[in-house]
Amino acid sequence: MIPLLQQISLEHYVVLACLLFSVGVTGVLIRKNAIIIFMCVELMLNAVNLLLVAFSAHHHSAGGQTFVFFIMIIAAAEVAVGLAILVMIYRNMHSVDIDKLQNLKW
Amino acid sequence: MSEIAFYVLSAIALLSAVLVVFAKSPVHSVLYLVLCFFAIAGHFILMNAEFLAIVHIIVYAGAIMVLFLFVVMMLNLNKDSDQPKSNFGKLGAVLTGGIMLLVLTAASKSADTSMAQVQSLGELGTVQSLGKALFTTYLLPFELSSVLLFAAIAGSVMLAKKDID
Amino acid sequence: MGIREMALMIPLLPLIGFTINIFFGKQLPKSVGSWISTLALIASFGLVVSLWGPIGAEPLGLHLTIGEWFSSSWAHISFSFHIDQLTLIMLSIITGVGSLIHLYSQGYMHDDENQNTFFAYLNLFVFFMLLLVLGSNMLVTFIGWEGVGLCSYLLIGFWYKDHENNDAARKAFIINRIGDLGFLIAIFTCLIQFNTLEYSKINELAGGGMITTGLATMITLCLFFGATGKSAQIPLYTWLPDAMAGPTPVSALIHAATMVTAGIYLVVRLSSLFVLAPISLNLIFAVGVATALIAAIIGLRQNDIKKVLAYSTVSQLGFMFAAVGAGAFSSAIFHLGTHAFFKALLFLGAGSVIHAMSGEQDIRKMGGLTKALPITHFTFLIGTLTIIGFPPFAAFFSKDEILAMAYSKSVWMFFFLALTSVLTAIYMLRLYFLTFSNSFRGTDHQASHLHESPLTITVPLVLLALASMFSGVLGLPEVISDYHWLNSFLAPAIKVQQEGHVSHFFEYCLMGVSVVALIIIFILVRKWCSGEKALQVNNGFWAKAIDNKFYIDEAYDSLITQNFARISKWTNGVLESKLVDGLVNQVSLTTLLSGQTIRRIQSGSTGVYILSMVLGIITLLVFQYLSR
Repeated sequence: MIPLLQQISLEHYVVLACLLFSVGVTGVLIRKNAIIIFMCVELMLNAVNLLLVAFSAHHHSAGGQTFVFFIMIIAAAEVAVGLAILVMIYRNMHSVDIDKLQNLKW
Repeated sequence: MSEIAFYVLSAIALLSAVLVVFAKSPVHSVLYLVLCFFAIAGHFILMNAEFLAIVHIIVYAGAIMVLFLFVVMMLNLNKDSDQPKSNFGKLGAVLTGGIMLLVLTAASKSADTSMAQVQSLGELGTVQSLGKALFTTYLLPFELSSVLLFAAIAGSVMLAKKDID
Repeated sequence: MGIREMALMIPLLPLIGFTINIFFGKQLPKSVGSWISTLALIASFGLVVSLWGPIGAEPLGLHLTIGEWFSSSWAHISFSFHIDQLTLIMLSIITGVGSLIHLYSQGYMHDDENQNTFFAYLNLFVFFMLLLVLGSNMLVTFIGWEGVGLCSYLLIGFWYKDHENNDAARKAFIINRIGDLGFLIAIFTCLIQFNTLEYSKINELAGGGMITTGLATMITLCLFFGATGKSAQIPLYTWLPDAMAGPTPVSALIHAATMVTAGIYLVVRLSSLFVLAPISLNLIFAVGVATALIAAIIGLRQNDIKKVLAYSTVSQLGFMFAAVGAGAFSSAIFHLGTHAFFKALLFLGAGSVIHAMSGEQDIRKMGGLTKALPITHFTFLIGTLTIIGFPPFAAFFSKDEILAMAYSKSVWMFFFLALTSVLTAIYMLRLYFLTFSNSFRGTDHQASHLHESPLTITVPLVLLALASMFSGVLGLPEVISDYHWLNSFLAPAIKVQQEGHVSHFFEYCLMGVSVVALIIIFILVRKWCSGEKALQVNNGFWAKAIDNKFYIDEAYDSLITQNFARISKWTNGVLESKLVDGLVNQVSLTTLLSGQTIRRIQSGSTGVYILSMVLGIITLLVFQYLSR
């Protein structure tokens, strides 16, 4: 198989990952639904995963891919706990609107 | 050939990402995110990280997104149950996202992207090589991540449990 | 036990007595506590006596360094004792008279419930007084100085439930403190100028002519100011008559025999410094004579038995300072010693009379006590005869010596001192006759309780009477014997030669005239007191002025005390509450206000939080990118 990197340089992947990441950031800032925000966070994580694999292939080391592996583990754990918290919030406030989470005011 | 694959997959990924953000219904957002994950898995395959691609699909698209879908459906969030943010808020968010993009690209422009050695990537992404790295060099994080998962399980069970009165 | 250990035990034994009595006094029975104190002091006296042999012969004395205290590159102060002949005399007086007074207090304070505390304070006082005279540098002396001031406060105000006693104790302490300022300034000056506070070094420097007159004058004036506070001279003498509010043994110990002599001791210790400043010596002379005269005049019209003795103490201290001012340092010490004996005797006798009269202290209500209190009467008579200078009792010799030295310096001062001696004779004899002679003027209740005091009271009286009678032999004048024992004994300690010579003719005249005058006064006063006129109230202008102590206390009050009170009130009202408190409150208000303003950042809106997080990340990235 022809090494892909001879045809597609690393910069393409960098730009792609940056685009995905900023879309994720915009999503976090623009939406009010807590679940959507959570999904945009997952989007950001995936952008990072993409970049890591690209660099791992470029530097020919297994470290990058291993790191992606761990990121996936952590993302899974985080989603589990985060959604549990979300469910609790819904149970107490009957809404997942983050603008309603204002109790920690001064 | 692979260039075309790259561009197509990138387009799908970007489009579905944007649609995740701007979709009206939460269920649609979830579905678009699943599509995005498939595209990214395709990228992984392009870079010869086959094990990671499969794991990506199984874990993310198979488990995490299903979880999301469960919650969305359980909470019965259909359509416009939430009011959109103020215009000012939206503008600010888009601006910030744009600034983020600019800064990121500027920062990573200086990354060293010279192609050092181009070898065959055959052995890199295989299960054997990844497993070897995982169980020798990165053994400790591997074990610790099992503890992490256990904590996550215990935490989420305890959190979501209903009080037995 | 070597000499050094013995010397160390001398102040240590009273300190141990104090510690035992202050911590365990409430649990110990009264006799045990009091005997511990008394025996500690008698043991100290024994040690002093045994030190006479070795140290008395040694011209340099014994130097005992206990430890380093302050040590810097330019000054070196150690905690050390120096025992020479002068110290030995003072030690003997303090421990000897002190033990007799302790013995006396056992009988006198027998009925008091806090007796053990009293003995604890007495022991503490003796400890500090011993430190004062044992110190080899001015700082150790100052510790003792302050300590005796403190104990004086504790002991005067011993019967603290009566507010007047507390006022008197406070007055004594505060006036002492004012004098201490002078002492402190002198200490600081000495430290800066001489880099040392050791007496031996300062005396060396003074003797070697290394000190200018100006510097010596300044130091000695400050020292004398301190001495006026401690030894009750003008202007700081007003505390001593008020201090009679304390129990009589206290008056005997502190205000007759020991504490008030601290000022004289200090001046004599640094005699070589004083000799370099003739201005100070003249001032001391004048102040001494003036104090003696004024106190004697006030004493003429006092009716409280202890107040008469108090003014007599002030007057006799004036005599001692006059001797110092005339340059007769060892004469001053001689009179200090004899005064300790006869004044303690008089005070203890007065205490015995008060005890017998069930607490009555007004001499107009006494009289006719000769038969009822034989031993007290006899010893009091000896004391009176001594103080007026009747031969061959002790003060005849010491007072005559002072008068002679004064004459050699200034005829006018001699005249005033002689006048004071006459007044002394008059008021002391008036005191004696009104208290003991003629018929009893008290109530029937008092008459039924009249009894001679127990042995613990009468034995010290007798011993002191013997001392008063025979201690004159220590300082016989030239005309009688060539050898003045005290002068030659003290010569190595007081390096200043005693000048002042009077002709033998003058001496004989002085002795003869004084004896004749005393006999005449005796007869006149006895006649006066047996009549009714002595007891009448006199409302004439001078009588009223003297009765009110020349209004000096009132003057001090309006000039000084009231103004200080006004300053305090202003400082408290304006400076303290507005400035200091205001500043502190302002600081807290600022914190409060800033907190209230800054807390609005916590708006609680999650969206804003996320936005600020992202902005923060962007800022970090920008900085990292820019610093590349």
